[in-house]
Amino acid sequence: MLVYIAKRLAVAVPTLMLLIIISFLLMHAAPGGPFTQERQLPAQVLANLEAKYGLDQPLWKQLASYVWGIIAHFDFGPSFIYKDRTVNEIVAQGFPVTLYYGFLSFLVAVFVGVSLGIAAAIRHNTWLDYLAVGVSIGAQVLPNFVMAPILLLTFTYWLRWLPGGGWEGGQWQYVIMPVIALSTSFMASIARITRASMLEVLTSNHIRTARAKGLPERKVIMRHALKPALLPVLSYLGPAFVTMITGSVVVDFFFSTGGIGKSFVDSALNRDYAVMLGITILVGSLTILFNLVVDILYAWIDPKIRY
Amino acid sequence: MALLDVKDLSVTFATPEGTVNAVNGVTFALDKGETLGIVGESGSGKSQLSFAIMGLLAKNGTATGSVIFDGKEILNAPPKVIGPIRAMKIAMIFQDPMTSLNPYMRVADQMAEVLTHHKGMAKAEAVTEAVRMLDAVKIPDAKGRVHLYPHEFSGGMRQRVMIAMSLLGRPELLIADEPTTALDVTVQAQIMKLLSELQRDFGMATILITHDLGVVAGFCEDVLVLYGGQVMEKSPVEPLFQMPAHPYSKGLLKAIPRVDQEGDELDSIPGSPPNMTNAPKGCPFAPRCDYVRDDCRERLNPLTQFAPDRWRACNRTLEEIA
Amino acid sequence: MVVDTVDMKGLSDRLAATEVKGRSLWADARRRFIRNKAAVAGVIVLVAIALLSIFGDALAVWTNEEIDFNVIGQAAQLGYPSIENGHYFGTDDLGRDLYSRTLQGTRISLMVGIVGSFIAVIVGTLYGAISGYVGGRTDQIMMRIVDILLAIPFMFVIILLLVMFGRSIFLLFLGIGLLSWLNMARIVRGQTLSLKHKEYVEAAQATGVAGFVIVLRHIVPNLLGIVAVYATLLVPEMILTESFISFLGLGVQEPLTSLGALISEGAKTILYGTIWQLAYPLAFFVLTLFAFFFVGDGLRDALDPKDR
Repeated sequence: MLVYIAKRLAVAVPTLMLLIIISFLLMHAAPGGPFTQERQLPAQVLANLEAKYGLDQPLWKQLASYVWGIIAHFDFGPSFIYKDRTVNEIVAQGFPVTLYYGFLSFLVAVFVGVSLGIAAAIRHNTWLDYLAVGVSIGAQVLPNFVMAPILLLTFTYWLRWLPGGGWEGGQWQYVIMPVIALSTSFMASIARITRASMLEVLTSNHIRTARAKGLPERKVIMRHALKPALLPVLSYLGPAFVTMITGSVVVDFFFSTGGIGKSFVDSALNRDYAVMLGITILVGSLTILFNLVVDILYAWIDPKIRY
Repeated sequence: MALLDVKDLSVTFATPEGTVNAVNGVTFALDKGETLGIVGESGSGKSQLSFAIMGLLAKNGTATGSVIFDGKEILNAPPKVIGPIRAMKIAMIFQDPMTSLNPYMRVADQMAEVLTHHKGMAKAEAVTEAVRMLDAVKIPDAKGRVHLYPHEFSGGMRQRVMIAMSLLGRPELLIADEPTTALDVTVQAQIMKLLSELQRDFGMATILITHDLGVVAGFCEDVLVLYGGQVMEKSPVEPLFQMPAHPYSKGLLKAIPRVDQEGDELDSIPGSPPNMTNAPKGCPFAPRCDYVRDDCRERLNPLTQFAPDRWRACNRTLEEIA
Repeated sequence: MVVDTVDMKGLSDRLAATEVKGRSLWADARRRFIRNKAAVAGVIVLVAIALLSIFGDALAVWTNEEIDFNVIGQAAQLGYPSIENGHYFGTDDLGRDLYSRTLQGTRISLMVGIVGSFIAVIVGTLYGAISGYVGGRTDQIMMRIVDILLAIPFMFVIILLLVMFGRSIFLLFLGIGLLSWLNMARIVRGQTLSLKHKEYVEAAQATGVAGFVIVLRHIVPNLLGIVAVYATLLVPEMILTESFISFLGLGVQEPLTSLGALISEGAKTILYGTIWQLAYPLAFFVLTLFAFFFVGDGLRDALDPKDR
């Protein structure tokens, strides 16, 4: 198991490096620097600015010092737009917020999705199954940027139950709509996948063996069917997590939650490449870390993987 | 009173293509300690027959008729009734040991589960018992290997694990569904030898389901020949081999390779098993039968006794098909 | 994220196992497909939407660029859907006709979906087939590259690209297409591995046919089933991706629009009381996605008949 983890780590680290390098080079391939504006800056000012941010150095040197800054000090450099703020400061503001509602949505999506999927599979071809399938198909075509305004309209403007936005340190009234908006379509996908794979597992030979042992159906499902049925769900979680973090952009827009999505959009509008780069790399590392956890979980469930 | 009394058992499956009649009115009985072979080609309904007895049919399957075990009706019985019978009274071995064992669970856990569930044994005690049973099926170093996963065993060893697991509850009836089909020929012989030793030692009644009459000859006292979900012939083993009383049994016998007869080519039965979706109304074997007459296609031939302990479902006389 | 890779793996295994025996597989599949009511309904809906989006302009009173100055500024009061003033679906808050804008947006969305999945399919199939066919070290390296690329948050990269190089529909196609070929490559590789040892491939190798020719002649045609299914399920995913980018304002540029852009406008103005501005594009969007899902599922079930 340890060897397996070490192997996955050996892949994860170069992946991360590659991600940093690609993003960095992309940024520098962009036509026009960050200081290209409608009003042309005087040449001397531009040169000074470039010197300040190290943009006059050769590319490889810039890259090296950037990478070194991240590895050694976890420092993503200064913002190109806000003179007195570093990328770290900007990110540190939004990231905890996004992680908070992101993980909460993730848990909700997984828990509700898996339960719904299993229930539908066990009650195959009953009203519960049809309901679950209907809901999951419906929810799949309602992306978060449609869910969010519908929720706002319903719960804030019509029913007046929930505040229309803000964060307030993550009190539940402020968290509930972002979580629903973010988790619905994933919950639907997870339910669909769980249901399909549970149905398939329930017809497999080893389940018949478990039944032939005289185990009650509940034990057959919990002890014998659940693990294999969850494997496909597990491999879906990696990409789902990325998309969910990306959905932060929408949530922050509609609910003014002030997460990483807002920082990203703001930096994109301002052409603040340093912040965009920092966020991309951070989200990328999170993805890689997450995939690592998923891989390890996978190996823990499926004994065949270790060899 | 017989241990197992199967009466007029039928199994149908609802499929998008129509209703499939997998088993049609099968009747037989089995006493304590007896061995019965159920023989037929693939698709003859022999596996579904055993699943129906155990209540393990797929969801789209329906069983009708009656299965009395130890004086109790168990066909379509609720979980409360059939649950305690499974593994403890009737155990089953499946065809493919690779997929029939749970690949995600250690052998120790899978085996111990039978005892902890049915007997309320403590886990450690149950594992000890499992090791003892693995020893009995001659798995070397059982104590060390009980904690491995199924994929870490070879095919033959896996089937031994399967057999050991089925014996844990000391069942009165063991149903072995093609226990050697997925194995190498040399391993097949070992497993059959083991099974027959265990059958003797444990004294349990056994139903052996196979497509191979040769295997039946060495193992069983009685044979049920199944075709198209119907019993073609029912007989003790020896007289059947000496004088098969149904054209289909004859065909099956001819298809066994024999060392003691030289020269002859191995015969096979021309044609293939019937499509059970639209089963013919007459004798199911009629389309492939050498002795077929028009009336064979018209109506079913009832299973009739023609000698002590022997039954057959054919309307031609014994002389005609000899 | 709609395409379930594990499910696809199962399908590819079964397709590889059942050799393509000339026409029979496809004939059977067609028979099963036609019996699947949801899938047939999906096809009908798709055809209807496509026809409407292409020829529906003939019925329009207003073009998608014209501004109805009677309505402008009072969209909530006057811009509601009505036959009399020619705004069948109402107008947006700028007084532009939503009917022609929705048709035009549907065209773009369908195009993005189809072109994007086309790129993904071509790149993914070739990459996967080559990786699987060549095997060994090459295969390992090629698949490792896919693994690495899968870990990159592409949505952010696309946004990065669109911001830095300016918005363009070409870049959008490219970005979305390149985002989605990775899973395709994995699936195709898996199936190629099992096809590789079929007799006809080995026969071709024995007679000295060049590797690339074998891939194109023998491997790729046998991949058609799985590729068709995947491509159909990829289209709605593409449309979703595009609509997300449009939501950010980085999609197609005005006066052109897409369903995603219309929905996001509708969503942002929903509080002004112009609910039709969300409702009509959303209805087209949902119908199109549903139809594609049903057709894709139907195709998969037709090629892989098992009880679900």
